[in-house]
Amino acid sequence: MKGCDGMDGEVIMSYLPLYGEAALLTVKLGVIGIVFAIIVGLFCSIIQYYKVPVVRRIVSVYIEISRNTPLLVQLFFIFYGLPRLGIPTDAETCGIAGLAFLGGSYMAEAFRSGLESVDKIQTESAYSLGMNRLQTMRYVILPQAMSVSIPAFVANVIFLLKETSVFSAISLMDLMFTAKDLMGMDHNTVECLFLLVSFYLLILLPISIVGTVVERRMRRAGFGN
Amino acid sequence: MPDLVTELGIDVLFKGTNFLRLLGGLWSALSISLIAVAISIPLGIIMGVLMTSKSRIIKAILRVYLEIIRIMPQLVLLFLMFFGTTRAFGWDISGETASVIVFALWGTAEMGDLVRGALISIPKHQYESSEALGMTSAQTYLYIIIPQTVRRLIPLSINLITRMIKTTSLVLMIGVVEVLKVAQQIIEANRMTSPNVAFGIYLTVFVLYFLACWPISLLAKYLEKKWS
Amino acid sequence: MSDELLKIENLVKSFDGNTILDGVNLSVKKSEVVVIIGPSGCGKSTLLRCINALEPIQSGSITLDGEVIERNSKTLPALRQRIGMVFQSYDLFPHLSVLDNVVLAPCKVQKRSKDEAKQEAMALLERVGLGEKAKSYPRELSGGQKQRVAIVRALCMHPEILLFDEVTAALDPEMVREVLDVMLDLAKQGRTMLIVTHEMQFARAIADRIIFLDNGKIVEEAKPDEFFDNPKTERAKQFLNMFEFDSVKSKDGLDK
Repeated sequence: MKGCDGMDGEVIMSYLPLYGEAALLTVKLGVIGIVFAIIVGLFCSIIQYYKVPVVRRIVSVYIEISRNTPLLVQLFFIFYGLPRLGIPTDAETCGIAGLAFLGGSYMAEAFRSGLESVDKIQTESAYSLGMNRLQTMRYVILPQAMSVSIPAFVANVIFLLKETSVFSAISLMDLMFTAKDLMGMDHNTVECLFLLVSFYLLILLPISIVGTVVERRMRRAGFGN
Repeated sequence: MPDLVTELGIDVLFKGTNFLRLLGGLWSALSISLIAVAISIPLGIIMGVLMTSKSRIIKAILRVYLEIIRIMPQLVLLFLMFFGTTRAFGWDISGETASVIVFALWGTAEMGDLVRGALISIPKHQYESSEALGMTSAQTYLYIIIPQTVRRLIPLSINLITRMIKTTSLVLMIGVVEVLKVAQQIIEANRMTSPNVAFGIYLTVFVLYFLACWPISLLAKYLEKKWS
Repeated sequence: MSDELLKIENLVKSFDGNTILDGVNLSVKKSEVVVIIGPSGCGKSTLLRCINALEPIQSGSITLDGEVIERNSKTLPALRQRIGMVFQSYDLFPHLSVLDNVVLAPCKVQKRSKDEAKQEAMALLERVGLGEKAKSYPRELSGGQKQRVAIVRALCMHPEILLFDEVTAALDPEMVREVLDVMLDLAKQGRTMLIVTHEMQFARAIADRIIFLDNGKIVEEAKPDEFFDNPKTERAKQFLNMFEFDSVKSKDGLDK
């Protein structure tokens, strides 16, 4: 029963598994990409914190480039451009690499502000006890820095998950791709768009709520005294 | 032609009007953001002021509007506007129009939030001391509140503009002929003659976007430092 | 002399063009308690920070039991373990409980077993009267309590010498006493201590030797009784006069 105003429940049911699969792909690529982004970000922020001579410049340049170019362009470059140089990449790796490249600089910024919020005297106390740089960073600075970084970190996670919506441009069968494909085939625009919005809400709303809760908890615990 | 240039596929740039076409594509993307920004700023200011109003209903409605726009990926919003309005209202809007509308809605929401944040960050005693000095409400806003708000807002607004410019790359996906589309056309046309054209062209697009955004973000940083 | 634990020779430190320490020579023997006093800005805190290599020095040498203390040297962390330092700002690690604060370095740096470290930590905490606070977090403690924990944290590393940098300066008056008592106890145990303070009575009671520092130079050095009762230099006399309220009264003719 198709109407202009109403939605056909049967159509929705038949599309569900397709959307479900697509959502899983989105989440999978998103999570892997975010993990790599965190690694890159951690590395960059620590380099900047310790002001390591040459690497620091490279990191700054990377951050400027990554923050001033859209993910879509980065993906096109990696996916269509690089293979010409003999660097083969499949779509999934590309997507992850793009997220890691873009996300790394955002995570670096979040971590950097956390690291800088830790009082210098904490570092000095640790050194006085005979701890070396690595131990100090691991046991004293990072734990304190993390709580300050959390709001920005959660914002970045949500941002990066939203950015995965461009993966369809390199033919990855994510939610956008599925929606466009199905709309083109059967023209059930309303149902397709409805499912598209629903699935994204399904992925993003929980994280957003968790983020707000965590932020409130951290503030209540009086962290960062 | 020097080997490196051919190797990198940049030679295609110099053929015919290719480079100009790329620039034209970039311009069509940029013009969407410019129009959207021009609409967003005044509307956003109004929205921001409204968000600090006493009416709970208004605040709630605007809050919901903000959160919805924020949580949805921009591409989804573009799809909704482009494909959805055709279905729902029978309109046949172009990709460009859909983009401008979506970006204007997004920009207004973000701008509104920025303005709201700037307004509530001004300490209450500023209002009170100007009242105590005998200034009217209008004078207070004009001479005390607005100048301070503007200072806080400008770097953040510039940051929003940069984000918008980057996001305009998405309009490719609803068929707007912008720089990436032009790039694809050029690559198609030259695939046989220049094997590495894809690399060179996409590298150029990369650099073009960087050159469009980076100076603006530098300006924002400079202003932030100068005024903080 | 194997008796000499810490030796500072011709230490020169400058910063931003200003000379803060101008050729300081100082040595501390085992079990000796040396107290450094002087006006604000004379460089006494900087001196302690240089000993622990928290500040770079321009020339001179600092040796602990014959080993040179140098910034950026591989032996520095090991040497720092042998030096215990307590700062003016009683900053404990806020994300760890009191007990964890104390055992962190012994376990991770000295690789001691957690149980053994915990045992010793508890014993030390008991001794300073903070046994029941072991599971508490720094934000639940008062300044004086935090400072006592900081001292225990330094002690648990088994340092050969303890440096105290104005540890009571930031405390409310009621809490100063409890910290000074801990330090007196340590002195009685025969610990080697180098203390910077402006608590004169305390200095007199605890010190084996007083060093008076002014403008980056050691102006006078003597046993406490000698120094406080019979200062030899003008500068020392001036400085000590500041603590004598009687002389102020008689100058203004307010005396009866």
